[in-house]
Amino acid sequence: MTLYQFLFYVFASSAVISAIRVVTVKNPVHAALFLVLTFFTTSLTWILMEAEFLGIVLLLVYVGAVMVLFLFVVMMLDINLAPLREGFVRNLPVGVFVALVMVIELGLIVGSHAFGLANYPAPTAAAAGTSNTLALGSVLYTEYVYPFEIAAFILLVSIVSAIALAHRKREGVLYQNIDQQVKVNRDDRIRMVKMVSSTPVVSETGDGKSNSSGEKRRD
Amino acid sequence: MLNQLLHPVIGWMSPSWQYLVVNTLWVLVILLPLVIAVAYLTYFERKVIGYMQVRIGPNRVGPKGLFQPFADVFKLLFKEIITPNVANKFIFYLAPVLILVASFVAWAVIPFDKGWVLANINAGLLYVLAIGAAGVYGVILAGWASNSKYALLGGMRSAAHKVAYELAMGFALVGVLMAARSLNLSEIVEHQSGNVLTWYWLPLLPMFVVYFISGVAETNRAPFDISEGESEIVAGFHVEYSGITFALFMLAEYASMILISALTALLFLGGWLSPFQGTSLESIFGFVPGIFWFFIKIAILLFLFLWFRATFPRYRYDQIMRLGWKVFIPVTIVWIFVEGVLVYFKVGPWFS
Repeated sequence: MTLYQFLFYVFASSAVISAIRVVTVKNPVHAALFLVLTFFTTSLTWILMEAEFLGIVLLLVYVGAVMVLFLFVVMMLDINLAPLREGFVRNLPVGVFVALVMVIELGLIVGSHAFGLANYPAPTAAAAGTSNTLALGSVLYTEYVYPFEIAAFILLVSIVSAIALAHRKREGVLYQNIDQQVKVNRDDRIRMVKMVSSTPVVSETGDGKSNSSGEKRRD
Repeated sequence: MLNQLLHPVIGWMSPSWQYLVVNTLWVLVILLPLVIAVAYLTYFERKVIGYMQVRIGPNRVGPKGLFQPFADVFKLLFKEIITPNVANKFIFYLAPVLILVASFVAWAVIPFDKGWVLANINAGLLYVLAIGAAGVYGVILAGWASNSKYALLGGMRSAAHKVAYELAMGFALVGVLMAARSLNLSEIVEHQSGNVLTWYWLPLLPMFVVYFISGVAETNRAPFDISEGESEIVAGFHVEYSGITFALFMLAEYASMILISALTALLFLGGWLSPFQGTSLESIFGFVPGIFWFFIKIAILLFLFLWFRATFPRYRYDQIMRLGWKVFIPVTIVWIFVEGVLVYFKVGPWFS
């Protein structure tokens, strides 16, 4: 076994095992972590297949951003597991049926007749110095520029709509307007008051001892 | 070089296994000095901040306190590791390891000099960004697995602010990518060649500032250390850790400080290029190896980290978020557009 094959089997088997664990493990945080492991090993197999850019982007987007937010939510929610598992036996037949249908459908589309080894001979290795990123970029911005722009636009609309749906104005919330804070002048906050510095009590007896500060009134 | 030295020992293996052994040794050649550097960075930090605060700093262990880092390491090694009863044990111990891995593996693509790089991959810049993004897991998991309120709060804060600053960092890197037209770190450095003014700090000045400040935020250093926040949440995500597990967090933090400094030096300050390039002094300093200039630049940036810590009070949480989302990201996006125009019209000497 070459090193390449060895690495492939290690990554591929751990990807499959962790994918199964995502749905079988009980603790939701553990499930999220197994999903992270699945993404990670998948991206490693992609990198083995010389798709460095896609592999690293998978890592960057899914592991680095999506799953962090996912974990963030899962950790915040104190999920009560018992109600989630209620009706497992009752719903099992439906679940099994749907799963079977999906497996058959997938088999029909991506089965060995369409994607078998006979149809796809091993690709020749890319020449040294081939830039994956450059190749993808030049295709994406020339041949596929319209689909790419449309996808970007749909994403933009979905961002705006997500914010519009989740945004709510609450009354009676105190918050600081930082622009106002920055623009504040000294004169808005401080008022200088002219006052007499001290007014010692002059005693009627006039012996001078009561004037403890030893000052004389200036006025 | 290492290949020929080791040939009598590993010559019987197949080439790909030889490759594995040799590269593992190269990894050690990079990481062992890094660990020593981390140890002395802690010493340097305590001394620098000490002098800034008119104190002396550590001066008891060895001459001028030079053995202080080793004393600290051995103390932490021999301390008892306490596991909270209600902690999720596996993840509790996995978290510091994850954090450490993330701050170490990025060094694989760092070029120390012309051609001195372990993995000269094409997408080096993306790789660094992806590894940095994966580093947040250690903090979040440490916070969650400790099963403590303070730790969880620290982990949450860290997750939110890291995602915010990663975006700003990513946009800053897009600026570098546009200028260098390459994701390979060695090529980015080569592309800056010329003189001090052709290094990217000048044409990408807003990116440079944003990248370095985001780097300070990413490494959880003051004034962005809200995930530790001693005055608010005790010690944040690592409040339950003791002994060597705590030391791993510290090791990872300082290693990623050095990493961020190294990346800033590579991307904006010309990496191993001599600062006297293109002047009459260039030939006089010609004998100095490039790695020396690289280390000098890293050291200056690391000093900035310590200077910030001694100077600025900690940011409030909402101010951190505001700075990340409402200041840095718009600044970088605007500068990407400006840069696009400059690149289109080939404004020299940087974009011609």
